[in-house]
Amino acid sequence: MPNRTVDKVAVEARAASFKTRSIKKDSKRQGLLMVSSMIDLTTLEGKDSAAKVRALCQKAVQPDASLPHVSPVAAVCVYPRWVSLARELVADSGVKVASVATAFPSGQVDLETKLADVRAAVTAGADEIDMVIHRGAFLSGQLQVVADEIRAVKDACAAAHLKVILETGELETYDNVVRASELAIASGADFIKTSTGKVSPAATMPVTLVMLETIRSHFLATGQMIGMKPAGGISTAKDALHYLVMLKETLGDAWLTPEWFRFGASSLLNDVLLQLHRLESGQYAAHYDVTES
Amino acid sequence: MSPSPKTASKPELDFGNAWEYAAAPEGTKVSIEPKYGLFVNGEFCAPRSKRYMDSINPATEEVLSKVAIANQADVDKAVAAAKAAFPKWKRLKPSERAKYLFRIARRIQERARELAVLETLDGGKPIKESRDVDIPEAAKHFFYHAGWADKLDYVFPGRKGTPIGVCAQIIPWNFPLLMAAWKIAPALACGNTVVLKPAETTSLTALRLAEIFQEVGLPPGVVNIVTGAGNTGAALAAHKDVKKLAFTGSTGVGKELARNLAGSGKRLTLELGGKSPNIIFEDASIDQAVDGVVQGIYFNQGHVCCAGSRLFVQEGVMDEVLARLKVRIESLRVGDPLDKNTDLGAINSIGQLATIKRYIEAGNSEGAQMFQSAAKLPKHGYWCKPTWFTDVQPSHTIAREEIFGPVLSVMSFRTPEEALMRANNTPYGLAAGVWTDKGSKIFEIASRLKAGVVWCNSYNRFDAASPFGGFKQSGFGREGGRQGLLSYLELKS
Repeated sequence: MPNRTVDKVAVEARAASFKTRSIKKDSKRQGLLMVSSMIDLTTLEGKDSAAKVRALCQKAVQPDASLPHVSPVAAVCVYPRWVSLARELVADSGVKVASVATAFPSGQVDLETKLADVRAAVTAGADEIDMVIHRGAFLSGQLQVVADEIRAVKDACAAAHLKVILETGELETYDNVVRASELAIASGADFIKTSTGKVSPAATMPVTLVMLETIRSHFLATGQMIGMKPAGGISTAKDALHYLVMLKETLGDAWLTPEWFRFGASSLLNDVLLQLHRLESGQYAAHYDVTES
Repeated sequence: MSPSPKTASKPELDFGNAWEYAAAPEGTKVSIEPKYGLFVNGEFCAPRSKRYMDSINPATEEVLSKVAIANQADVDKAVAAAKAAFPKWKRLKPSERAKYLFRIARRIQERARELAVLETLDGGKPIKESRDVDIPEAAKHFFYHAGWADKLDYVFPGRKGTPIGVCAQIIPWNFPLLMAAWKIAPALACGNTVVLKPAETTSLTALRLAEIFQEVGLPPGVVNIVTGAGNTGAALAAHKDVKKLAFTGSTGVGKELARNLAGSGKRLTLELGGKSPNIIFEDASIDQAVDGVVQGIYFNQGHVCCAGSRLFVQEGVMDEVLARLKVRIESLRVGDPLDKNTDLGAINSIGQLATIKRYIEAGNSEGAQMFQSAAKLPKHGYWCKPTWFTDVQPSHTIAREEIFGPVLSVMSFRTPEEALMRANNTPYGLAAGVWTDKGSKIFEIASRLKAGVVWCNSYNRFDAASPFGGFKQSGFGREGGRQGLLSYLELKS
């Protein structure tokens, strides 16, 4: 059987068609609440500090004190050195601690160093590990190297969930995205994730659709569910609702939970909160009405 | 959830209501007169027949309005008006004719929302389609032909084109305004005058178009619109002063018209039925191919002459295609055509619904395996669930005859030669689709398919610049593009 391929024009048209769905009133409210519950609230900067991580974790646990019905987000996502602090801060709120590891974002170190990075994060209390694949090996055709690395990281994760970042912006073609998704799934990924957020383009709707369709193929063939995380570039509630429409109409009801779908984002949460304020009060809130983290 | 590759039951996705879309009805209000007369010589007038027919909203079965039924006397009056307007319209400076067409196009754009809602109310198609396809495409046809009006000397180099005279145009109910545009725009651009007969179930947008003709000051008589049923159309086609007939509709009626017109000296173009094949090779991009197939057969409830109603799948990917087809069809939303999230609207008329049901019954009784989506249908109105048949044999009725509804017949093939042989084994030849990621295969297959339009890795894409028309019993003549102008010009060398 030939490799699965993707028609660029058609997949982009299909992805655009989800944007024509009209999401209003109750379905908008429900969608926004779902989006906020699916967010991996993220800070991944060289300037991250304990104070920044505290602010992030507080926001994750209680997104908006004036909107008590908004539940905590799915997870906070930080560098390994901040995992133990984040673990302590989120405590038993239900918010997971995710950590990027494997020399994020480039992954340009040897496997042992990557594994040490992963073990350190897991030992410090990470529930989830976001690894990057070896794009250099992938693009030079060494698929086995990529697969072996993912398997080794999966072993190092122990009980932690593994999200595999493909960095689709560097893979460039949709055919590559399919191949990398299949490889990650076959090598033990619990989730597949588009991007680090450090490369442009990050998540796009067509790339996410291609990955969702790969997850669908795997499910139809094996019955096994794999999670999906678009990350980077999704900053408005409207965009996020379009992603949810795409998810609902591609994979159906079972995936519409934080267990199987996440948004990797930093500024999305506040736009969702602004929209929820408007639905509650009928008026647009000002940017200063929601807190920065 | 643990992997369970060996379990007997296939894994299924659940397209339920974990997150239901709230109703999102298009809010634009459209005024509809209780009664519409005929549009003759630039004015609306009561029919000499004094008879009217109900125009029904197929989604609710409510009467929207009453529309005049033109008799012989009404047709005579309309043709006389067109004949009287012809000499002056023909002599009008071509760039002036172009201005009228531009104005019509602009006015369609300005009144787009109103026209879209009216089209959906009258015909049952989803507002998403009337808003995003029918109305914008109608405007495009007027824009496109406005561009040609003053360049006709360059269309067929070395030959001079002159108008034919009064053109009778009879259009179907599946794309009412768009078909009116396909017919009227090239006729006017070439300097002809027109008597148009809309389909009996869908006259309202054509009558709105008549209002637009008034608004832009189109000279009286250049376009006349006579509403009615088959008798009106027959009277129009037979009229001695009609120089050309353009008909879009069923192959049965097309043949009858051709017989009646034989020897009359009238020019004739026919755009008739189809039973178009979609061919998925095993090296296709399967998910996109399935999207295209769904678009090819369920667009406009399958009321499309070029609908991809026969699906041929290479045996090696049959299971994969069928699994995805089911998933994709289950995600289609059927219901209120005015809801912006509706994918499939109402069947156009109770008569067409009966025809579709008869074919579904034939599929079942002849031994094909039927599947239908789990969509819930509204209580009132005319509805048909998205339907597909597997185990269809080439000799089954549903593999041979045009159903003109949301019914897909799935068949298999083993080799490219077999695919071609089966795809071409039909009395029709309107359109075809080829799905493969391999370029060389596309060129070979496309060149050997006997169809007027071949889409490669896409389906149901239209453009005013691209000629549309059929082979074999799908008709003759082309609409759109340079070739479409040929139907409305006499050429001199």
